[in-house]
Amino acid sequence: MTLLAVERMKLFTTRSPWWCAVLALAVTVGFAALMAGTASAESPITIAATQFGYGFGLMVVMVMAALAITTEYRFSTIRATFQAIPNRTAALLAKTTVVALLAAVIGEIAAFGSWGIATVIEPTADLAINTPFEWRAIAGIGAVYGFAAVIAVSVGVLVRHSAGAISVLLIWTSLLENLIMLIPRVGRDIHQWLPFNVAHQFVTGDPDPSARAIQDGPGLSDAVLSPWPALAYFAGFAVVLLVIALTVANKRDA
Amino acid sequence: MTLLATERIKLFTTRSPWWSTVLALGVTVGLATMVGLTHDGPRPLTLTQTQFGTQFGLMVILVMAALAVTTEYRFATIRATFQAIPNRTAALLAKTTVVALLATVLGEIAAFGSWAAAKITATNTDLALTTADDWRRVAGTGLVYGIAAVMAVAVGILVRQSAGAISVLLIWVMLVENLVGLIPRVGADIQEWLPFIAVQRFLGNPGPDAVLGPWASLAYFAGVTAVLLVAALGSAAKRDA
Amino acid sequence: MIEAVGLTKRYGKTLAVDNLSFTVPAGRVTGFLGPNGAGKSTTMRMILGLDAPTGGSALIDGKHYRDLHHPLRTVGALLDAKWVHPNRSARAHLQWMAKSNKLPAKRVDEVLEIVGLTSVAGKRAGGFSLGMSQRLGIAAALLGDPQVLLFDEPVNGLDPEGILWIRKFMHRLAEEGRTVFVSSHLLSEMALTAQELVVIGRGKLISQSSTEDFVAQATENTVRVRSPQLAALRTALGRAGVSIRDEGESLIVSGMDCAEVGELAASTGAVLHELSPQRGSLEEAFMQLTGDSVEYHTEIADGQVPATLVPAGK
Repeated sequence: MTLLAVERMKLFTTRSPWWCAVLALAVTVGFAALMAGTASAESPITIAATQFGYGFGLMVVMVMAALAITTEYRFSTIRATFQAIPNRTAALLAKTTVVALLAAVIGEIAAFGSWGIATVIEPTADLAINTPFEWRAIAGIGAVYGFAAVIAVSVGVLVRHSAGAISVLLIWTSLLENLIMLIPRVGRDIHQWLPFNVAHQFVTGDPDPSARAIQDGPGLSDAVLSPWPALAYFAGFAVVLLVIALTVANKRDA
Repeated sequence: MTLLATERIKLFTTRSPWWSTVLALGVTVGLATMVGLTHDGPRPLTLTQTQFGTQFGLMVILVMAALAVTTEYRFATIRATFQAIPNRTAALLAKTTVVALLATVLGEIAAFGSWAAAKITATNTDLALTTADDWRRVAGTGLVYGIAAVMAVAVGILVRQSAGAISVLLIWVMLVENLVGLIPRVGADIQEWLPFIAVQRFLGNPGPDAVLGPWASLAYFAGVTAVLLVAALGSAAKRDA
Repeated sequence: MIEAVGLTKRYGKTLAVDNLSFTVPAGRVTGFLGPNGAGKSTTMRMILGLDAPTGGSALIDGKHYRDLHHPLRTVGALLDAKWVHPNRSARAHLQWMAKSNKLPAKRVDEVLEIVGLTSVAGKRAGGFSLGMSQRLGIAAALLGDPQVLLFDEPVNGLDPEGILWIRKFMHRLAEEGRTVFVSSHLLSEMALTAQELVVIGRGKLISQSSTEDFVAQATENTVRVRSPQLAALRTALGRAGVSIRDEGESLIVSGMDCAEVGELAASTGAVLHELSPQRGSLEEAFMQLTGDSVEYHTEIADGQVPATLVPAGK
């Protein structure tokens, strides 16, 4: 608990988490407002459509999570950290936990905020959260952000440079996973198992077809797992990366 | 010329341009090779399929170009630069030129390298560069990389932080421009005028009803970039280094 | 007490620290002296468990740093004053460190008071001058009221007032019975600060002794003689097998003390106009001992550049 408190103090006494949190919330909720404001009778706002901005928030949260660790390397405060807490695994796990929790909270606020603003703007639209899909589409975003933050911290530990870690994360999630799909024959099979595509399956997968047209929400995932195993797969990927990162950090000179 | 030589020395005596070069060329040509190797079926491999990796190269170029200037701010070498060359506009223009030239060269190598790699590895291809449009879609990559590098340098000068500049650039290019199109009614119209969508038109085959033709799209992209660069130079001249 | 046993660190082909063994006793200020690039910072990082030794070990009161419970309560260290997030306030920096070792929050205000940073505690550390950063680093080192303190080049970049302050401060810490280990590439500074000296060059131990003994041993003791019968005296000295060099009108003799030279002169029948012992300076002693082990030689001849002109390497 002490270590968690320490990492919480460290995180909130710098500026980038605040910036990132504000930016992630503003853009996701703003996007939902835009969607609700521009909805019409022929394309009414749906729960899925309120969450259009979630991919943007995901990027910002991953940048925040990566910076939380890479700035420690940049300013060598990682050495002060390991001096105060020589058990590196414990120190880094505490940081990962705090960053992941913050990311999850940002995700929940972003998701429910987006949904909330849409219900305010379009009070007549059917935005009641009824089905498991609808709950996952909103509440599930916090879980995706949380595990994505674990991945980002792990990449940050491995790469140690802000620029490098951010580039790897953003290019991987927003470009490389999609580019791989374009490889003939095998591309689609590989893509089905790429982590962020699978995470997307958790949020968008298994929709109620009567309530949702494809164009009314974030594009669907082509992952073959059903939603909850998809989340487990994504979490498993995050844990594997984290274990690699912790092992490397323990071996390496600080 | 002296300023260009100075900036060339500065760029090539750090590691990130080398990393970026290896990564940009390796992944683009690598993807084209994979496409070539995995391609089969009755339809021949098309030019478009050989070039899809150049999008990845574009991201790497943006990162490299932004880092070329943000690292100067990070290590405060920008002060040494302005001390040596008090005309900031000249100094920054020299840097922009060198970075853009490198990006252009990398773009040409990436595009023709991808084309060649696919041609060698695939059996059933239709990759002859016959029309002007074919040439534009391959050789145009260099122009796009060069102009994109200028844009990244401009953003780097404005933001001054590596993490911030890279995040802005990558999120803008890969995410924001795509998300905008999803806004009902107005989204698609706005999207037509976003700079990197214009790039896609230039490197693709826009239909006759597109808002701008390919070359006009490139000119539009260059125009947006020029505006950003002027804003960046203006702010750098005013600001304390 | 700090104890290094066969400490070795290899980076690729270069041996940064080579089989280094020494002890740092409690209740004294021990200087860790060596030219830039000699391996001082690497050694200190290994003592703190930040870098893993390739061989050997460093123990603090018989334990590895990693095995210390709440290590800041045992060991305080200032390795680099810039190891602070620039956007975090001085107080916030100390607060997280205090929290991590379950130190009371009021201890933060105490150490800020000790180093005189109370008035700027809420300001972002990135805006601090080097002197203020150095004080913040010392505050962090004192946080856990530790018995063992490590300082790496603490006077670097400080004004004379700051240097004096640190020197007195370290003496006080040692008088309280603590172990104080302080590195420097400035022998002149160490001669004033340290009672014990561990001297290294190119990662190897050159000597460990009291500062007094080090100076006495290392300084070349010579005798200056002037005589109207210099030629005869030179021959006699040459026969006695000591080394002689000319310096103007006089001879500098090494390998014989004043008494022996006087007796030799008497037996030769030479009249002496001067017979005086010469003591070398500290810097000369340092240069002589580490002369072969300076990592980066300067172009200037004779090694006449005092070590003080060379900026410290980190």
